[in-house]
Amino acid sequence: MASTATLHGADVHEHEHKDNFITKYVFTTDHKTIAKQFLITGIFWAIIGGLMSLIFRLQLGFPDMQLDWLRPFLGKWITDAGKLDPEFYLALVTMHGTIMVFFVLTAGLSGTFANFLIPLQIGARDMASGFMNMLSYWFFFVSSVIMFVSLFIETGPASGGWVVYPPLSALPQAVSGSGLGMTLWLVSMTFFIASTLLGGINYIATVINLRTRGMSFSKLPLTIWALFLTAVIGLLSFPVLFAAALLLVFDRSFGTSFYLSEIYIAGEALPNIGGSPVLYQHLFWFLGHPEVYIVLLPALGITSEIIATQSRKPIFGYKAMIISMLGIAVLSFVVWAHHMFVSGLNPFLGSVFMLLTLVIAVPSAVKVFNYLTTLWKGNIIFTPAMLFSIGLVSFFISGGLTGIFLGNAAIDIQLHDTYFVVAHFHLVMGSASFFGLMAGVYHWFPKMFGRMMDEKLGYIHFWLTFVGVYLVFFPMHYIGIAGFPRRYYSFTSFDAFNIFADLNTFVSIAAIATFGAQLIFLFNFFYSMYRGRLAPANPWNSNTLEWTTPRNPGHGNWEGEIPTVYRWPYDYSKPGAREDFIPQHIPYSATPESNLPHENEKIEEEKEIEKLPVDDQH
Amino acid sequence: MANLASVSAEVPKKYLWSGGVSPLKASYGKLMMWFFLLSDAFTFSGLLITYGLLRFAHPAYEGKAADFVSSHDYWPIPERVFDAVPFLHGVSLPLVFVAAMTFILILSSVTMVLAVEAGERMDRKNVIKWLLWTIVGGSTFLACQAWEWAHFIHGTDQGILLSDGSRFFGANLVINEYGPPLFASLFFFITGFHGFHVLSGVFLLFIAFYQATTGVYERRGHYEMVEKIGLYWHFVDLVWVFVFTFFYLI
Repeated sequence: MASTATLHGADVHEHEHKDNFITKYVFTTDHKTIAKQFLITGIFWAIIGGLMSLIFRLQLGFPDMQLDWLRPFLGKWITDAGKLDPEFYLALVTMHGTIMVFFVLTAGLSGTFANFLIPLQIGARDMASGFMNMLSYWFFFVSSVIMFVSLFIETGPASGGWVVYPPLSALPQAVSGSGLGMTLWLVSMTFFIASTLLGGINYIATVINLRTRGMSFSKLPLTIWALFLTAVIGLLSFPVLFAAALLLVFDRSFGTSFYLSEIYIAGEALPNIGGSPVLYQHLFWFLGHPEVYIVLLPALGITSEIIATQSRKPIFGYKAMIISMLGIAVLSFVVWAHHMFVSGLNPFLGSVFMLLTLVIAVPSAVKVFNYLTTLWKGNIIFTPAMLFSIGLVSFFISGGLTGIFLGNAAIDIQLHDTYFVVAHFHLVMGSASFFGLMAGVYHWFPKMFGRMMDEKLGYIHFWLTFVGVYLVFFPMHYIGIAGFPRRYYSFTSFDAFNIFADLNTFVSIAAIATFGAQLIFLFNFFYSMYRGRLAPANPWNSNTLEWTTPRNPGHGNWEGEIPTVYRWPYDYSKPGAREDFIPQHIPYSATPESNLPHENEKIEEEKEIEKLPVDDQH
Repeated sequence: MANLASVSAEVPKKYLWSGGVSPLKASYGKLMMWFFLLSDAFTFSGLLITYGLLRFAHPAYEGKAADFVSSHDYWPIPERVFDAVPFLHGVSLPLVFVAAMTFILILSSVTMVLAVEAGERMDRKNVIKWLLWTIVGGSTFLACQAWEWAHFIHGTDQGILLSDGSRFFGANLVINEYGPPLFASLFFFITGFHGFHVLSGVFLLFIAFYQATTGVYERRGHYEMVEKIGLYWHFVDLVWVFVFTFFYLI
């Protein structure tokens, strides 16, 4: 690393000149462009996944509706009688889940913000390995293409639920989606896991090795802490899904019986003996539960950042936030069997997993209280990003409370696999993470594209979505307590369920309206990208390092030397300070008017920090 | 970007985690290898736990090892299944061959250490020599595994008596003469997955050997690539110890 900072500036310019369209926008190693690629792909998938949910909401809300008008899109999946094909309904819920959990809220959220924010906020030129980062996106792209193709094949996409439990997913005779569709699902997920691991390894190595001088872990923005821990969780859980998927591939294609035993189909016994379908559930949920936090933690990190910035107050309990995230990360690995309370799990084991599950309420509550106390008496600026962050906190509370019900092994027997569960996780994980994603896009759009998004449209988008989400998912609690099982094609054959038919209609109308509100966002997003107001360098008067870069940072982020970091990222409204924010790169020696006694002592240390090497790898 | 291996200059311990330096005294490439191995360890753990769960879902053989007769009703005892050695047809030498295989793989770890150590001294000649020996060790292991698989697939002279009166010899993913179907399925799957890792390792070692021979690393000024591949190689050896314990000893 003999190259010095002065040489470096020249380096960056060279790169800029050599870029052509392909290396700049397609096979790029610039983390910012890769982040945008993840974001755009994620938005694409969110539209597909959202439209799928509308189709099955039509079926659930209007069971007698003639759906002939969908035939141009869905072809033979609309039966001759003008109804949605029941097997395609199963495929729709399966693909909606798969797409939203993995492609939108894992790749679209983590992929976008880990790539975009890690180098910018820790003060690095780029990810540790730009090439592997590029590979990570293109593995995700290949995975996306395969999953997309599976939507159009004759036997239909995978339809065993997003958890793809065997034997349903293992036997093509069981449901038509378990034929080629399931094979493509497994191939696609293999690429997806490879993409996640390539990305995650890179994020971790970058955060450990490439922090600019002065940026100790105790000065890291909470976004980076969240994205770092997310990457660690992904690194330890996805490989187990990989093992589970490989075993399933063998059961499906090579005649083994790892998950299969003593099965009769159409009165005929299959030759498979000795396997265990519950084994798959254990392996799957060892990923599946941490996956919930892979989806949620980045959203919580983004929220911490935005709530502190727009309340113009230091985040309340910075260390408590970190410790609670660490707690969540550790606990996420020891609670998986709470998804399996009714699988014949030993009740004693059930109570152990119940205890561990309920313990997660503690760090989660710490986070919620910290958000609320940060907001308390703040000079709150209601930007769209701030509204979405507050919306996240709201969903995290209302959805989290039902988690305490469901984590209880006894109550879960009644509520398992009902719409209560659907309501729970759509609020606490789905909508909360989606709001985190939206908050992040509104907040960092100026840095991504150098322009501002329209605030008014942002407000309309927020209120319609926020109210819409509650209108969609709140009634589902009642439907669930009434005993409606999830994933059922139709409830019209059960008299007992008739009284809730109107509630289902209501939910469907709300879902259509909420989806419609997202079109406002799409317009705002793409319009502002080209026509938005030009963004100032630091539109939110924020403290973190990304706002010290030029309006449109080139490959390498900073034109001169990377700034040195002297303070934590939450010096907002500090008594005595000239302005209500002091960015991380301002030394204490420059702010004698606002320093606390112990901070004056740190002025000595600043000289030591300035002696640290400027590690200028890019 | 030029010199990725050099780990930043010495800084006071107090400032090790204060940014600007590699706090773990490892380049990002080495960190990435470590984290990849950590995740790979979880893949193998998943598979070995699968083995354990399915193994203990089956009844064990109760009698004395000497009286063991294979049956689809209980899990076989490994020392009666893996007792063949090439060219010694009909002689029962429990676990001798697999012990030799294991020994060869562990020896290749030793030669790998010597290659890494030579790399640290920038001793190109010895790096090449020890890399070559490691490749020989890894390839020998793979060849042994190929023989072991071939023998396992073709089976013994006795075979097993099926309910329809015919005899079945050897093993495939669906049925085998040694025990319940999953015995062979798991054997093929897990030793195969490990063998694939060894094969990838030999492939990587060959690239390193080629680059060392053509002086790529010498021009680069360091042999870190050899070190990273070394980490992978030791990991694969370590995993084998577990696979060996699960399949052959328990």
